[in-house]
Amino acid sequence: MTQFLIRFVIGGLVVSGFAICGEVLRPKSFAGLFGAAPSVALASLGLTFKHNGAQYVAIEARSMMLGAVAFLVYAYLVGQVLKRGQAKALTVSILAMPVWFALSFSGLWLLTRFA
Amino acid sequence: MQIRFDLRSLKETRAHEYVARFLFGGLCTGVAWIIAKKFGPAIGGLFLAFPAIFPAAVSMIQDHERRSKAEIGYDGTSRGREAAALDAFGASIGCAGLLAFALWTWRFATRFTSSYVLLTSLSLWILVSAAGYLIRSHWPRGKRTQTL
Repeated sequence: MTQFLIRFVIGGLVVSGFAICGEVLRPKSFAGLFGAAPSVALASLGLTFKHNGAQYVAIEARSMMLGAVAFLVYAYLVGQVLKRGQAKALTVSILAMPVWFALSFSGLWLLTRFA
Repeated sequence: MQIRFDLRSLKETRAHEYVARFLFGGLCTGVAWIIAKKFGPAIGGLFLAFPAIFPAAVSMIQDHERRSKAEIGYDGTSRGREAAALDAFGASIGCAGLLAFALWTWRFATRFTSSYVLLTSLSLWILVSAAGYLIRSHWPRGKRTQTL
């Protein structure tokens, strides 16, 4: 429980910090970079190094690469739908979330099967 | 287009939006740890790049732009949507940086100290993301939409 609380507080602070950076920067397309900041990774990996060791971190980071590729496709898709459609940003970004799950988990399946 | 700071946008953010970000960020970090603990680091690692606060972020941007247009008597619906789309495209460029961050950490986690690995990974994220942004902003098709 203590571990969870520590990660919760650190994660909240790091995510908020990056979000504020993204908010004060212009143009919007540059500020958008902060939407994909490694905030959760930074908050998590420091403690993971300490408690689980470097090998554990390396395994997490390898999977994180797949999550990042899935995020790239997902964010681009959301941008395209918003640019061309009439839907709300919240609706589009939530409805497109299965894309992230499908890509990242199928990528992990391929990695574990063929690597 | 020149990169600049606009501190006024901090005033546009409401208190509950700051609280929501903190809670979402904290929850996502905590949940990523629980998933890694329960299902192992291979599955847990995926969630280090989960777009947890992305929906809330694009929605806030859309609302801010719409509100600022409404204050001067215009319908800011399409401008809000355009701003959210630009933010999403920016995030997709940032994901290239996120990929570089993860790649670097994967390759060097076992070779160097944790602080060195994380600091260099973060630097790489900034470099790759900024390079991606510069390439896109000099790409003729991208220039048209970068006005916000």
